Amino acid sequence: MEILSVENLCKNYEKFALKNVSFSLDQGFIMGFIGRNGAGKTTTLKSMMRLVHPNSGTVTILGKNFAEDEFYCKQKIGFVLGGVDYYPKKKLKTITNVTKRFFPEWDDEKYQSLLNRFDLDSEKRIDELSAGMRVKYSLALALSHNAELLILDEPTSGLDPVSRDDLLCLFQDLIEDGEHSILFSTHITSDLEKCADFITYIKNGEIIACTDKDTFIETYRLVQGPVEELNPNLSSKLIGVRKHKFGFEALIKTIDLPMVARIEVSAANLEAIMVHIERE
Amino acid sequence: MNIVVSSTSELPIYQQIYDQISRMIVCGELPNNYCLPAIRTVAKELRISVITIKRAWEELERDGFIYTKAGKGCFVANHAPEKLSDKRETMALEKMVKDVEYYKGLGLSAEDIIELVKEAY
Repeated sequence: MEILSVENLCKNYEKFALKNVSFSLDQGFIMGFIGRNGAGKTTTLKSMMRLVHPNSGTVTILGKNFAEDEFYCKQKIGFVLGGVDYYPKKKLKTITNVTKRFFPEWDDEKYQSLLNRFDLDSEKRIDELSAGMRVKYSLALALSHNAELLILDEPTSGLDPVSRDDLLCLFQDLIEDGEHSILFSTHITSDLEKCADFITYIKNGEIIACTDKDTFIETYRLVQGPVEELNPNLSSKLIGVRKHKFGFEALIKTIDLPMVARIEVSAANLEAIMVHIERE
Repeated sequence: MNIVVSSTSELPIYQQIYDQISRMIVCGELPNNYCLPAIRTVAKELRISVITIKRAWEELERDGFIYTKAGKGCFVANHAPEKLSDKRETMALEKMVKDVEYYKGLGLSAEDIIELVKEAY
């Protein structure tokens, strides 16, 4: 069942525009939302949540139109825009007591168990928490109102490798029941290599790919070879070519692979794909 | 049941899992009607995406290694012993075709290869 669908979302700014952003996510899966800094990831997420007003487009959560049933939809979504960094001098429990009033389905037992799991002390102040702890606190708040869809904006940036790994483990625990789903934006592609089921790729405000991760990675191969092999036919198929003193390297669609002995072909990973596509 | 997945291998991850499970089935390590763990559990434990495991399971089913009971899970298919050795031979042959290509490239004759295989075994 579809938990989230975004159709033709547009948002125009003077120097930047989201152009007909569309994608959808089924229940029980993790989708990674990738793109460079400034590609429109946060603008998309904010437009979906109506934190900025989109010029047009429809967002549907569990079959309900977000604009018409905003209250219902927001109960079903746990939205995390980075760690909690407002009211740094307040204790966690004070912030929690304010937050929970907005959610009729707030589950105190669940909240307590999350605090334990994350080793969070509700007597501490926000400014006493590390970056990783702040993200975990935001997640605890988001998960305690029984959200079915988590929308996270770069939850892993600023975390050390161990905390990042910890968080990704938690994501996979969450979706194991097949009911929770996660959409998270990131530019740390190795996070997605591990746990993402689907990839949505945004470039200059446009979605250029939205597919399952394995298919996405298999669509491309890396090629390397001597510069003499670069005939016009081959060159037209290469993506983000880098020529250097000793040859060239580039990305190519698997279907366009040349049959040339002197060209070395290897599997691509998300990072290589992103670097070459952005270089183009 | 042990599964080892390497993210640096040239083989796609679903293929690595497919290879290991089909091997366990062919050599009888996983008996007939053995219940495979749930896809989502495997994904979580191995830290791999659900879709990847699903694909490995689908390929195993397509090739007749396992079958699905709706709502119950996936099970190792009932293989008669002679069917299993047939499968084993097919799998071995597929691999050998690739290896022999490589040895031919080195300029070895069939006899040379057989001698070397005996020595290595």
